[in-house]
Amino acid sequence: MTANASGHAGGASLEFRGVTKRYDSGTTTPGAVNDLSFEVPAGAICVLVGPSGCGKTTSLKMVNRLIEPSGGEILLDGVNVQSQPVTALRRRIGYVIQQVGLFPHLTIGRNVAVVPGLEGWPKERQLARTRELLTLVGLDPDRYDGRYPSQLSGGERQRVGVARALAADPPLMLMDEPFAAVDPIVRSHLQDEFLRLQRELAKTILFVTHDVDEAIKMGDLIAVMAEGGHLAQFGPPDEILAHPASEFVARFVGADRGLKRLSLRTVADVDVVPIGRPDGLPNLPPETSLRDALSILLVADTRGGVALDEAGRSRGLVTVDAIACALADELPSEARRT
Amino acid sequence: MNGEPLIRWDWLSEHLGPILGRVEQHLYLAVIAVVIGFVISFALAAVSIRRRRLYPFVTLFATAVYTIPSYALFAALVVATGLSIVTAEVPLIVYTFILLVPNIVAGFDSVPQDVLDAADGMGYTAGRRWWQVELPLAVPLVVAGLRLATVSTIGLVTVSAILGDNFGGLGYYILDGYHRHFPTEILVGGLLSIALAVLADVGFVLLQRLLTPWAAARSAAR
Repeated sequence: MTANASGHAGGASLEFRGVTKRYDSGTTTPGAVNDLSFEVPAGAICVLVGPSGCGKTTSLKMVNRLIEPSGGEILLDGVNVQSQPVTALRRRIGYVIQQVGLFPHLTIGRNVAVVPGLEGWPKERQLARTRELLTLVGLDPDRYDGRYPSQLSGGERQRVGVARALAADPPLMLMDEPFAAVDPIVRSHLQDEFLRLQRELAKTILFVTHDVDEAIKMGDLIAVMAEGGHLAQFGPPDEILAHPASEFVARFVGADRGLKRLSLRTVADVDVVPIGRPDGLPNLPPETSLRDALSILLVADTRGGVALDEAGRSRGLVTVDAIACALADELPSEARRT
Repeated sequence: MNGEPLIRWDWLSEHLGPILGRVEQHLYLAVIAVVIGFVISFALAAVSIRRRRLYPFVTLFATAVYTIPSYALFAALVVATGLSIVTAEVPLIVYTFILLVPNIVAGFDSVPQDVLDAADGMGYTAGRRWWQVELPLAVPLVVAGLRLATVSTIGLVTVSAILGDNFGGLGYYILDGYHRHFPTEILVGGLLSIALAVLADVGFVLLQRLLTPWAAARSAAR
């Protein structure tokens, strides 16, 4: 566990070692997990993705022991979770679920302070922490502290869910389809906000989704799971999109995996032809994804656009060919976390 | 009842003391029945929640005792326990089961599964989860059951007047008025019994609001 600049506890490393979960009715039962092994370094977001019934939620729930594995071990900072008292373990693992599960009878402030309350923090410290967290997730504490969950929108509730999971500053967060219940616009907004938050907090996060696009957007690492609870492929998003390990993974990530790879890169990553500022070509700010840049060029019916730098000055010409060439190089796995 | 007025106000003013005494006795008999009935119902509900397969049998039992006419039950108990408070209370108690048990079970069933999952995931112990999460969320339906049981028991207390002058609460006046062809007594007994039931009902509505401020917030939000 490392402390980072902002004084938060940072993340813990997480390792699955031959983790198996069998149900009585056989290994093909939905939710079964078969010999799952992978390692998530401290501070990384690892996304478990796969079709329904592939065991991704089971895998997540074995970390905080809501489900006990039939075999193998899960190590949190090198210590087997099964060797730790279950309530103490759960209180230092943040838990966010799709339906949020806020307590309807408690105010937003008291919902956020649940784990500090269980841990017996003094009242003033709980209050200060609650205000800090509500501010962190973008909810004005003065407006929201005394409300009840039923008075909030779905997006607001999900933010409270994240604040509640962060309350005791856990080194690990488990997030089970946390943004699946809100509409696409709110979802994309929550995802962006969460990534921004994570850059500061550097928690270790295990994230479950069935949505490949969400996995690619959120994950530093992706574990693609197949039916029967097998790990089909594990690696950074760009590697999985560039080199699917099997027919199953290729089909699961989709025929547009090339375009998905483009969405991992921005105009700033691409080589340009250094020319002045040609008239009539679309301007492409540096943070534009290459997928969007390509689309802009196609819509404008040109073969090139002007790459801008941070200050809005021309950096040179970006061509459709240069965008295509950008896929030749694989992204270093750390690139997206800066 | 020829020539007899519906209400003789002079009788009323002369008997204020005894009437108050009967009101007190009425409440006493009702409160004991509801409190004991609630404790037993809670235990029956707890067993039904843990062992779902027993729930149909618990329901069958509660329904079966409810089908026994109250007069018959009072009469049968006199043989066993005489003209005692036990004889007066047992029927009142067992009639509450059918109103309380299903409401208590439904109350705990109404706690959303995602809320329970979240509570477990955050590290609640089983006891604390029950006390701080399940019980408060079950309160609306539990109180609804108590409200029904109390109103029904207040009405039923009057029947225990057949056990003699020491029982029946306001039912004493209904029975006495009937024997003496004296409508004033019947009206006083009946109307005051109704008034008690209405007051109890209003009391529970207020209690409900006090215990579940979040429910009021919800209706205000929609």
